[in-house]
Amino acid sequence: MGNWVVNHWLSVLVLATWLGLNVFLFVHAFLLYEKADKYYYTREILGSALAWARASARCLNFNSMLILLPMCRNLLSFLRGTCSFCRCSLKKQLDHNLTFHKLVAYMICLHTAIHIIAHLFNFERYSSSRQATNGSLASVLSSLSQEEEGVSWLNPIKSPNMTVTYVTFTSIPGLTGVIITIALVLMVTSATEFIRRNYFEVFWYTHHVFIIYFIGLGIHGIGGIVRGQTEESIKENHPHRCAESFETWNDHNSHCKPPRFEGHPAESWKWILAPVVLYIFERILRFYRSQQQVVITKVVMHPSKVLELQMNKRGFSMEVGQYIFVNCPSISYLEWHPFTLTSGPEEDFFSIHIRAVGDWTENLLRTFEQQHSPVPRIQVDGPFGTASEDVFHYEVAMLVGAGIGVTPFASILKSIWYKFQHADHSLKTQTAGHAALNFDKATDILTGLKHKTFFGRPMWDNEFCTIATTHPKSVVGVFLCGPQALAKSLRKCCHQYSSLDPRKVQFFFNKENF
Amino acid sequence: MGQIEWAMWANEQALASGLILITGGIVATAGQFTQWYFGAYSIAAGVFICLLEYPRGKRKKGSTMERCGQKYMTKVVKLFGPFSRNYYVRAILHLGLSVPAGFLLATILGTACLAISSGIYLLAATRGEQWTPIESKPKERPQVGATIKQPPSNPPPRPPAEARKKLSEEEEVATGVSSGPQENPIPVTDEVV
Repeated sequence: MGNWVVNHWLSVLVLATWLGLNVFLFVHAFLLYEKADKYYYTREILGSALAWARASARCLNFNSMLILLPMCRNLLSFLRGTCSFCRCSLKKQLDHNLTFHKLVAYMICLHTAIHIIAHLFNFERYSSSRQATNGSLASVLSSLSQEEEGVSWLNPIKSPNMTVTYVTFTSIPGLTGVIITIALVLMVTSATEFIRRNYFEVFWYTHHVFIIYFIGLGIHGIGGIVRGQTEESIKENHPHRCAESFETWNDHNSHCKPPRFEGHPAESWKWILAPVVLYIFERILRFYRSQQQVVITKVVMHPSKVLELQMNKRGFSMEVGQYIFVNCPSISYLEWHPFTLTSGPEEDFFSIHIRAVGDWTENLLRTFEQQHSPVPRIQVDGPFGTASEDVFHYEVAMLVGAGIGVTPFASILKSIWYKFQHADHSLKTQTAGHAALNFDKATDILTGLKHKTFFGRPMWDNEFCTIATTHPKSVVGVFLCGPQALAKSLRKCCHQYSSLDPRKVQFFFNKENF
Repeated sequence: MGQIEWAMWANEQALASGLILITGGIVATAGQFTQWYFGAYSIAAGVFICLLEYPRGKRKKGSTMERCGQKYMTKVVKLFGPFSRNYYVRAILHLGLSVPAGFLLATILGTACLAISSGIYLLAATRGEQWTPIESKPKERPQVGATIKQPPSNPPPRPPAEARKKLSEEEEVATGVSSGPQENPIPVTDEVV
C-alpha cells in the first residue's frame, strides 16, 4: 500500500484537482441559474432543468478545453525537457496523457447526456407553455414576443404550431448541438479498445471528426436562446415584487412593466480558443519535424514477421524506453503509428522493431521485402515519453516482456551493456542476469546477447524464489511490458515474495504502458 | 484499408445507438412529453437492438474478445440463421427501426446514430462480411508445468526430428554444446545468476 502511494500520489492529486474543479464549476453555475433573480421568469417556465443544462454546459466547456491539451505531445515533451530539474514523478505524470484524455472524454460524455436531457425538458416546457391557454404566468411570459423596442422575447418557440423538432433544426444551437453530439458518438464508438487495437485506421480517421466537434462547439452558443432579464427591466419589474401581479403588467397605471429579456452571447469559444490554437501549432510542428530527412542505414527482416529499421536523423537524441511516431507516405500520407525505440542511446543510430499485425504494418513489411532500389521514405516524429531511468536505479532489475513487448527492454539492456563498457558509475545494476525470452520461433535476436531459451510459460514462482534466495538483501525492481493478466500474476508474486522485514529482499512492481 | 471489418464498428455504433434510444425513450416517457408513445417504442426498439448487437461476431483473423456474458445471447441470435448472419438484413432492419424514433425530438439522436450504423452495416455487407458466432472452446487447459513434457535438450535452431535422434546418439559420446548461429558482437560470459 505504501508502495502504491509513493508511486501514485501525483496522479491522485491531479485527478482530485480535476474532479474538484468540475464539481465547483457545476455547483457554481447551478446555483447561479437556480437562485439568481435574473432568471426568475425563465425558471418560471423551465424549472430546474435550466440550471442543470447550464451547469453541465459549463463543465462541457471546461472539459473540452482540457481534452486537447494531453494530445499536444510536442508541448508535453517540451515541458518534460524544461522540467529536467523536476522530480521524476512529475515527468512520469506527463506519460499518462492518454489516460487523462480518456477520463476527460468520459466526463464530456456524461455532461453531454445531462445537457441534452435537461434541454429536452426545457424545450418541452417551452412548447407546452406556448400552447397553454390557462393564462398562467408561464403562458403570459411565453406570449411576450417582439415588442416595440426590438426583441425581448423569452420563449424561443414563436407559435403554438411550431414543434420542438422544427425549432431544434432551424436554430443554430439546436442544429450544431445535434451535429456535434453525433460527432461525439462516432468518436467514442470508434475509439473502444476493441476497435482501436484491431482496426486502428478506423479509429484514427474517424477521430478526426473532433474538428467538427470544436467548430460546432464554438458556434453552438450563438442565438441567445438562454435568456435572462435585462438590468433595466429588473428595475421596472423586479420578480419578487411583480411576479404575483402578472395579469396587470399591461395596465397603464401598473407599477410593473412587462419584463424584457436578453440572450447570452456565446462563451464556449473563450474556453476552447487557446487549446485549439496550441493544437494547431502542435500539428504544424509535427508536420515540420516530419519533413526532416530520415536516412535508413539498415533493414533487417527477422522471423515472426518482424522488421527492424535502423535509421539516422540529424539532431535526434533519445533516452531508454522512449518511443517515436513513424509515417510512411508511400503507404499512407496521414497515418502515424507509435513504436518503441529498441536501440540504446549510446549507439550511433536509432532502431525500431515492427511486427506485422495490421494493414499498415503488413504493407510496410511487404514494401521493404520487395527491396526496390530507392528505399521507401520514412518520416519520424519524436522521441516521446519519459525515459525508463528507474531500471538503472535498482540493484537488481527483472524485466518481463511479452511478445513484441520486449522492445523497450531491448533498449534498456543495450544501454546497460554500453554502460558496462564505459564503466558508467551511475549504473547501480551490478550484473545483467539471464533473460527468459518466449517467442514462437525462438531464434529471434534483438540484442545479440547470448541467451538461454526456456519452453512453455515461465513459472513465476520459481523465478521469484530463485531471485529472492540469490539476492536476499536487495531491492528488486520488476518491470513489465505486456498484457494485463501477466501484470496481475507478477504483482501477486511481488507481494508474495517481498519479505516482511524491510531490510531483506523487496520486490517493487512497475508496470509501464509503452 | 484491406483488413478493416466494418461490421465490428457498425456493431459498436449500433450498440451505442440502442442505449441512446433507450435513454431518450425513458426521458420522453417519464417526462410525459407530447407524443411520448414514440418514446415507449424507442425503449422497446433500443432493448431489442442491444440484445441483438450484444454478442460480438467472430473476427476473420485472430482471436476475438468476447463481451462479458455474451454466450447466452449468441445462442439466441444464432437461431435466426441467415437473418442474423447476413448484414444486408441488419442494415435494413436498423434503418426500419430508426424511422419511428425520428418523430420525437428526445429520440431523434438515436435515429441518427442507428441510421449511421445501418450505413456501416451496408458497407460491410457489400464487402461480403458475415456474422459468425464465437463458439466457446472446451476448457481443458493443462497446467503450465505439465505442458513441458520433454523439453529439447539443445538450444535452437534444431535440426528436424530424425537428424536430432542421430545427433543425440552422437552427443552421448561428445558433450559439446552447439553454440548456435548467433554471432555475439563481443564475447559475453554466461553467468547464470
